[in-house]
Amino acid sequence: MVDWKPSASLQNLQQRAYVLAKIRRFFSERAVLEVETPLLASSTVPDAYIESIAAQVVEGNSNRKNFLQTSPEFFMKRLLASGSGSIYQIAKAFRQEEKSARHNIEFTLLEWYRLSYSLDQLMAELEELVQEVLDCGPISRLSYREIFRQHLQIDPHEILLEELQELASSEIDLSGSDLSKTDYLQLLLSNSIEPKLPPFCIIYDYPSEQAALATVATDEHGVVVAKRFELFGHGMELANGYFELSDAAEQRARFEKDNATRKEKGLQAHDADEKLIAALESGLPSCSGVAVGVDRLLMLLVDAKHISEVISFDSERV
Amino acid sequence: MATYSTSEFKSGLKVLIDSEPCSMIEVEKVKPGKGQAFDRVKLRNLVNGRVWERTFKSGESVEAADVMELEMEYLYEDGEFWHFMKTDDSFEQVAADINAIVDAKIWLKEQDKYTMVLWNDAPISVTAPNFVELEVTDTDPGLKGDTAQGGTKPATLSSGAVVKVPLFVNIGDRLRVDTRNSEYQNRVTK
Repeated sequence: MVDWKPSASLQNLQQRAYVLAKIRRFFSERAVLEVETPLLASSTVPDAYIESIAAQVVEGNSNRKNFLQTSPEFFMKRLLASGSGSIYQIAKAFRQEEKSARHNIEFTLLEWYRLSYSLDQLMAELEELVQEVLDCGPISRLSYREIFRQHLQIDPHEILLEELQELASSEIDLSGSDLSKTDYLQLLLSNSIEPKLPPFCIIYDYPSEQAALATVATDEHGVVVAKRFELFGHGMELANGYFELSDAAEQRARFEKDNATRKEKGLQAHDADEKLIAALESGLPSCSGVAVGVDRLLMLLVDAKHISEVISFDSERV
Repeated sequence: MATYSTSEFKSGLKVLIDSEPCSMIEVEKVKPGKGQAFDRVKLRNLVNGRVWERTFKSGESVEAADVMELEMEYLYEDGEFWHFMKTDDSFEQVAADINAIVDAKIWLKEQDKYTMVLWNDAPISVTAPNFVELEVTDTDPGLKGDTAQGGTKPATLSSGAVVKVPLFVNIGDRLRVDTRNSEYQNRVTK
C-alpha cells in the first residue's frame, strides 16, 4: 500500500502554525523586518562539513548548475550591506545526507540579524524568544572553556592534540584516530558534556578554529576566541550565533581554507560567493546574527522523539 | 571483502569489529551544525553477547560479517556436540559446541525450534524461543488447594533448568516458562 499520509499529527501541525505566528509577532513587536531570499542560487557555502544539493537550471540550450541553499546567511548579509536594517527570515534550508532523529534533508531555519548588537545582547534576545516559545526558565550561559574545565578538567584552548587523543580514548570507544583537535573537542562536547548540561544552556567563546563566519577576539585570558555561541536544549543543538565577520579579505581567506579542506577530503571545491565578498567590501554594518532550528524547537515543545513528528512530510515521504 | 560505509549503517547490520561478528542494535548520527559528523553505534558481539557503544567518523567503512540467522530443530546431544537440523526440509544437520549453546542449554527440548546464528557457516550462538513448555522432573510435593496464595519453591524441568514455581505445582506438570528471565508463567493442560 502506498504510504501517502503525513508524518506529523494534525495536533503537531497546529503547534507548528502557532509557533510560527509567535515568532512573527515577536519580531514585529521589535520592528525587525521579515525578508525572503532565494533558495536556489549559483553559489553555495564551501564549508567542508556541509554538503549542498545541486540543481540543474535550463536556460535555452545551456544548463546552469545551481545549489539549494544550506542557509539564508549570504543573501541576508547582502541585504544588510545594502542598508536593510535588522532583518529576520523563516527559511527552508537543504543539506545533503543529513538524516537522523534530529535531521531532515529539508528543514526550517529562523535566522535573524541585529544591527550594532553585541553577542551578549543577541544571546539575551534569543533567550527571550525561546522562553516565549517553550515557556522555559532562565537559560544559563557558560564559556567553552568553563564547560570543558567543569566536566573534563581540561582547558580546551591550551590542550595538545596528544592529550586530547588520550582523554578521548578513555571516554569514548572510538574507531580510528585520524582526528583533528577540533574533531576531538566536538566529539567530547557531544559525548561527554552535552548529556550533563542544564536543560537549556548557551555556550560561547568557541576556539578560533571553529569560528566559521564569526569574528575572533582576545578573551580575558589573552586567548584568541571566536565570537560565536550555540544554544543547547535537552542535549540538542538549537541555535548558532555569531558576531558577524565583516572583513572581506578574511572572509575570502576562510573560504579558501574551507576549500583546501574540501580538496583534502576528496570533495568538490565551491568557488567563493563573489557577490557576498563584494557586499562585505562595500561594508557590512556591525551586527550579530543567529540561526535557530525551528523543527527542533518544535520537537522540544511537543516532546517529539523524531523530527518527522513535527514536519508535515519528512524526507522519507516526499 | 564486502564493506559497509557509515551511510549504510542501520540496526540489524552484521559487521566485523576487532575480528568478531557484531550486530548493530542502534545507530545514532551525531552531526554538529559545524564540523565533523560521527555515527554512534550500539553493538552486540554475537559471540559473547557483550553490548557496548562505538563511535565511527562518518565516511569510515567496516567489514561486513557473513552472519546468518536460521531456525533450527534440536535433535540430540552426543556428550560433545548438540545436533540441530535445518527446518527448510533439507534435513541438513549442524553441530553446535558448548560455547554456542551455553545460553540455550537449560531450555533444550528435542523437536523444539531454536534460532541459530552462523558465522562463516559455523554456529556461534543458539537462542531459545521467548516461551517454552517443559515438564517438571523434580520438586517438593504440591500443597493441595493452595492455588491462590504467594510462596514459591524451586522446580527442576526436563531440560535441566531450575525455576521458581508456585507451591501447587507437582512433578509431571507441564509449565510455560519465559526463557529471558526464567519466570514461571502458568501450567499447561496436557
